[in-house]
Amino acid sequence: MSLLEVRDLSLEFRTRSGTVHALEHVNLEVAKGETLGIVGESGSGKSVLCFAMLRILDAAARITSGSIAFAGMDMLRASESSLQQVRGREISMIFQNPRTALNPIRRVGRQIEDVLATHSATLRDQLKPKAIEALAKVRIPDPERRYRAYPFELSGGQCQRVMIALALACDPQLLIADEPTTGLDVTTQAAIMQLVSDLARERGMATILITHDLALASEYCDRIVVMHAGHMVEAAPTEALFRAPAHPYTARLIASTPAPGQSIATLASVPGNLPDLRRVDLPSCRFQERCERALPECVTGTLPTSIADPGHLVRCFNPL
Amino acid sequence: MNVLDCVEVKMHFPVGKRALLHAVDDVSFSIGEGESVGLVGESGCGKSTLVRLVARMLDPTAGDIIYRGRNIGFIPSRSFAGTQFRRRIQMVFQDATDSLNPRHTAFDAIAEPVRRLGTAGNLAGQVVDTARKVGLPEELLPRYPHQLSGGQKARVGIARAIVLQPDLLVLDEPTAALDVSVQATILRLLAELKASLGMSYLFVSHDLNVVRMLCDRVIVMYLGRIVEQGPAEELFLRPGHPYTRALVNAIPSIGGRPADREVLHGEPRSPINPDPNVCRFFGRCPEQRDRCRKEAPPLRQVRPGVQLACHFA
Amino acid sequence: MNAATLRHVRYVATQNPVTLAAFLMFTALVLLAIAGPWIAPYDPLASDTANALKPPSARNWFGTDSLGRDILSRIMVAARLDFGIAVSAVAASFAIGATLGALAGFFGGWADRIIGRIADTIMAFPLFVLAMGIVAALGNTVANIVLATAIINLPFYIRVSRAEVNVRRNAGYVEAARLAGNSDLRVLALHVFPNVLPPMMVQISLNMGWAILNAAGLSFIGLGVRPPQAEWGIMVAEGATYIISGEWWVALFPGAVLMLAVFTFNLLGDGLRDVMDPRMRT
Repeated sequence: MSLLEVRDLSLEFRTRSGTVHALEHVNLEVAKGETLGIVGESGSGKSVLCFAMLRILDAAARITSGSIAFAGMDMLRASESSLQQVRGREISMIFQNPRTALNPIRRVGRQIEDVLATHSATLRDQLKPKAIEALAKVRIPDPERRYRAYPFELSGGQCQRVMIALALACDPQLLIADEPTTGLDVTTQAAIMQLVSDLARERGMATILITHDLALASEYCDRIVVMHAGHMVEAAPTEALFRAPAHPYTARLIASTPAPGQSIATLASVPGNLPDLRRVDLPSCRFQERCERALPECVTGTLPTSIADPGHLVRCFNPL
Repeated sequence: MNVLDCVEVKMHFPVGKRALLHAVDDVSFSIGEGESVGLVGESGCGKSTLVRLVARMLDPTAGDIIYRGRNIGFIPSRSFAGTQFRRRIQMVFQDATDSLNPRHTAFDAIAEPVRRLGTAGNLAGQVVDTARKVGLPEELLPRYPHQLSGGQKARVGIARAIVLQPDLLVLDEPTAALDVSVQATILRLLAELKASLGMSYLFVSHDLNVVRMLCDRVIVMYLGRIVEQGPAEELFLRPGHPYTRALVNAIPSIGGRPADREVLHGEPRSPINPDPNVCRFFGRCPEQRDRCRKEAPPLRQVRPGVQLACHFA
Repeated sequence: MNAATLRHVRYVATQNPVTLAAFLMFTALVLLAIAGPWIAPYDPLASDTANALKPPSARNWFGTDSLGRDILSRIMVAARLDFGIAVSAVAASFAIGATLGALAGFFGGWADRIIGRIADTIMAFPLFVLAMGIVAALGNTVANIVLATAIINLPFYIRVSRAEVNVRRNAGYVEAARLAGNSDLRVLALHVFPNVLPPMMVQISLNMGWAILNAAGLSFIGLGVRPPQAEWGIMVAEGATYIISGEWWVALFPGAVLMLAVFTFNLLGDGLRDVMDPRMRT
């Protein structure tokens, strides 16, 4: 039973220099309690996709086709007030750069209380103890003292924990984590990811992890969706994706990720650049210009969705 | 003779009236001819400060910085630009966007060191030559930074650092702002240039796999001190210091989480007025014992080429 | 000015019609300032009391003032004076203020403290009153209007320059410039300051409008430009006494042109900044 279903979503941005076709025919599913990874490089559309899910897009964005359903609710047709009931309570999000995502002039304890006050039935005199409890749950040492701290007094890792506390205060069913550990040290990253993973398992919460780090996704996700230039190119259970990648881009991406002990001679790169998404003459497969397996159909044909294995989808004319 | 020797370099910043922040404390290491030394550690460990000391953009509080036998630490950073040494030690920055003047073209950026420190004869020739070496197409030279892609900007940053053929190149996270698909090309370029131009590298990166790939030796820093130093492969395969072990185990890898990954709990100690009798890693170390609280371990050689600062390694 | 710059100017002008309008009006003003005395239909100083206070007609498009002088001619000739005062004052203020502010923002320490105190001292006075005081003390001449306007504008440029330089002081390209062998002063002058110019362009333009208004204001109260010289402010002052008796044109036309000039400069600032910003170049 899918908690979140994105079907055939296409999205564009109207800008002064043209229309940017940011997403095209994207399909996505997240089951209850599952951790899904969305992996892509800059410009792949992974963050835009998640903003679309929560309907917190820029005013210049226009959804041109498709649907988004969360627990049966049609997110695209819902009113703003019903969406506000969902955001922060049913679906929460944590962002990159935790220090900038927190209100710099408000103590962190208060910020947690704000979320509790808005989205839960907590009584006023219960707000502070619950906030301290939330801080303790995200393993912040000395939570009573940290309750009174301002974001600038905390380290990057601690700020991220506060963000997680904010996000999880109302026990959401789905947590969207947008590059939550980019910019954090690798030891802090390990601690934060383990925290998110433990909390998700404890609460049966589904998680979407957006990252450019394939290795990170491989460690924490049950399934992975690979995105390139606004297209979903491959989706598979983690183990299958790395054992037998079907899309040439996925294979290249895996080969470009430095492995421990790898020599530089064997490190791959992806040739070419992302296509300009404002072009009207984009080929059907947006990876075509950079792909060594490109066929004539890749430019003009309708992109098929093949099923390599159960649960393993790839959108390619010439899969591996 | 080594290209660079740092001897007990200290950098202390005053904080308030009576406190000192020990950003770099008693750091000693050397970089040999053609050697590539990696520098790793978490944020706040002092690697950015150390790197700026080596590049002589900051003046050390104490200690010696010696370039090919000449003490350049005494030359104030303000006047370093006027010495013959400036062209010998250059730097590649982390964020190419931030480190390129938005009002200068790529050509201007690469030509600047030549104009200031080199011989300006055949300036265009030198610039074009260097651009070719880094794989930057000549037609991109008249462009401004905002008209270049991330990879192209990175190449401009490298070109301007090597145009005068320095002996020592300091690289501060040169591929951190790049997508992984572009990273390999830049890393290979750096490896080739090192070989063809005979440069030594001081390579700072948070991506330990990259450091392992490009460096001969690695220095691990923690809260301003060196905790471990040794040949790259060995350090990653058999890390000696508990912090290094935690660091190496924390690196995500395709294939799933290692069973022995130890998540560090506890807060790092404060770098302000640190107690000289307590190990800097005490409080977070999974193997800490009572002795660690009473006596700070010195950095000492445990095997040829390997140094460790731990009582129990 | 090479071909690329001209193309860029044209791009900026066509992107935003308001900017284009501002450029055109500015050009008209400059032409007026340059050619005023030659294209004026009548001698601005020639009095003809028989024709005094005549309303706008085919002969005198803007009417005549209390001494029978053609108002249109006087307005055209005054353009040169007002413009000249504004440009000189702003140029001097900018040159000195921006330099002081840049030094304060870049080097900090004593430079910052001393320059900060200078700015604070000037700002402690209500600025127009300070200008009045300077002109009254030193004498009623055009040169002193320029001096007074320049002085009261100094803190403005010091502050903007200091803030903009301070923000950029630790940018990556500043470090890179040092690595390339530039001394601190060179880094400030050749690398930081050119990046500070685009935001300052808006300030300069706004300031021009203000400087014209300031000069007009001083003349209005009798300090600065003396009759029979033609200057917009003094013309408004002369005309003020006639509004009640119904001769509205004596004050209205100079006032309207004054307003238009200030308006032009305000609009111009944004356009100038876009021209100077290389990021707008596609």
